[in-house]
Amino acid sequence: MTSVPPGLILIAGGMLLPLLRGRVRALAVLGLPLATLALVWAVPVGASSTLPFLGWELAPVHGTVTGRLFATIFSITAFAAGLFALPRARPLELAAALVYAGGAVGVTLAGDVVTLFVFWELMAVASTTVIWASDQPGAWSASMRYLLIHLLGGMLLMAGLAAHVAGTGSVAFQAFPTEGIARWLILAGFLVNAGAPPFSAWIADAYPEASPSGMVFLSAFTTKAAVYALLVGFPGTGVLVPIGLYMVFYGIIYALLENDMRRILAYSIVNQVGFMVTGIGIGTEMALNGAASHAFAHIIYKALLLMSAGSVLHATGRRKCTELGGLFRSMPATTVCGAVGALAISSFPFTSGFVSKSMVSQAAVDEHAMVVWFLLAAASAGVFLHAGIKFPWFVFFQRDSGLRPPDPPAPMRAAMWLFAALSVAIGLVPGPLYALLPHAVTYEPYTVPHVVAYLQLLLFAGLAFFVMLPLMRRTETIALDLDWIYRRPLAVLARDMAQRIDRSRRAAERTGQIAWARLASGLFQAYGPGGALGRTRPTGTMLLWVVLLLGAFVILHFSQSG
Amino acid sequence: MSGAERGPSGRAGGGDDRRPAAGDRAKEHWLVRPVSLRRIKIVSVIVLALTVLPDLFVEQHAAFGVEDAFGFYAAYGFLACVAMVLVAKALGAALKRGDRYYD
Repeated sequence: MTSVPPGLILIAGGMLLPLLRGRVRALAVLGLPLATLALVWAVPVGASSTLPFLGWELAPVHGTVTGRLFATIFSITAFAAGLFALPRARPLELAAALVYAGGAVGVTLAGDVVTLFVFWELMAVASTTVIWASDQPGAWSASMRYLLIHLLGGMLLMAGLAAHVAGTGSVAFQAFPTEGIARWLILAGFLVNAGAPPFSAWIADAYPEASPSGMVFLSAFTTKAAVYALLVGFPGTGVLVPIGLYMVFYGIIYALLENDMRRILAYSIVNQVGFMVTGIGIGTEMALNGAASHAFAHIIYKALLLMSAGSVLHATGRRKCTELGGLFRSMPATTVCGAVGALAISSFPFTSGFVSKSMVSQAAVDEHAMVVWFLLAAASAGVFLHAGIKFPWFVFFQRDSGLRPPDPPAPMRAAMWLFAALSVAIGLVPGPLYALLPHAVTYEPYTVPHVVAYLQLLLFAGLAFFVMLPLMRRTETIALDLDWIYRRPLAVLARDMAQRIDRSRRAAERTGQIAWARLASGLFQAYGPGGALGRTRPTGTMLLWVVLLLGAFVILHFSQSG
Repeated sequence: MSGAERGPSGRAGGGDDRRPAAGDRAKEHWLVRPVSLRRIKIVSVIVLALTVLPDLFVEQHAAFGVEDAFGFYAAYGFLACVAMVLVAKALGAALKRGDRYYD
């Protein structure tokens, strides 16, 4: 077995990408993810490569069923998002995106926490670069806020992992012990990346500032790598259930208030990850299968939705619902693909979301968690409301904005069709996906009562949308979130502190300069060409003074001893 | 917003059956003509009724005791969404700011 992590292919390729030109570069962007996919599948489950490092045995490549599932979808998404990015993305974005994808693949195959952490932080740096490379006006400052949050999360994770390794003496990445401060620090570090409260706002703050293709990359890796880490490290951790449920409803409510189409979809990432986090918290085999398969399905349909929104942004340069509408006339492919993504995210029967998410609900039934089940059912209806209808309705239908942009270029359309087909294929034939899951699947999604129940839930959610439409009129607003704390009061404090430091530094500099100038001029006066001590004197005068001093010394000496 | 807006009840219904058409005529797209809108509305109402109808003979496994009530999922989905929209509206009153707030 090779001990080279498959992710390194993407990372090295990404770093060399700027040297390539034209067709060769395009070939690399598409070929490297496929090569990685092949290498991922060449790692047998249970196999582990070892690498001695500072007295520890690291396992940079460790084959597990869950890891392979995530590495597979990460590679596939890197390919499709790369295809989507080809016509427009800057070389820097493509290079950073490949490194980013490589980091994500590296995380899923890491057998020890040191490797995990290295790839984890590499993802943070590379994803920040993806945002930097954007052509959107707010990208720079958004990327800085994004980096700050991820450095904070990385710090928590680093502290937790260090405490864990010091306490247990083991660097293996597996379920963490059920108590101790290390556990909570690691959990917090993972949750920051998953978009859990109180750090949910960074997703909708940073991702929509990326380029049309950049956001497709961003939506796939960071939050889902966090889901993977939680799946392995914290299955059945009870506190994840309320956290996940909070995320589910946070996403819905904020998406309902949002006007920017890509921010709507960003909030729905938090919403969907909330379903996964809830499943991990329930922790039964059914729930973990649900969380893992939902992550797989979600990456595809979320990328699809963002490709659809990205195509609109690419063609119109507009992001706000208030400036869009009626685009179905001239963008049929984008509309159909967006609608497929919208149905899949809503768990409509015969789409991928239906066969994955319902396992989490089923797990709640099996565990007799009534409140959890009712909340998940309400949230499922809410997904249709905020993403399933709201996004396509306001962008492609509602009033006619008068815009008649064309569908995007062929590579972008091909990427959309590919993921639309996958979303439907997984929904129609869930068997192959179920075969990849960490536990044996005993679940049958297509029973008549289940299909009927979901159709009722979703279609009447749709009815509610149109009944409530007067209340949903878009306004040119944002909704304040907890990021207000670090964007307003903390920012003011930081700016104030920076000013004070700057001022006192200047004052100190000035005082220093004055003191130095005084000293220099004093020395100059004394020792300079005209100074008293710098003057040359005749030898006779010096001799006279020496004689006088010696004489005085002799007289004093004898007068004392006498 | 006013002239082209079809009004809130213009598309009341399931809303999942809209498909774009390639044939973009010179004037109005067939999908937005009043006749089509009326048909979409009628079809939507029929589809909604059809999804509730099976509750008469399909039995839901009532794990918690209420799911087998007639039209439970329909009512629950509708009411949950109305509640979420109202909560969002209320929160929005407190949290909404102009979208250049942070600029």
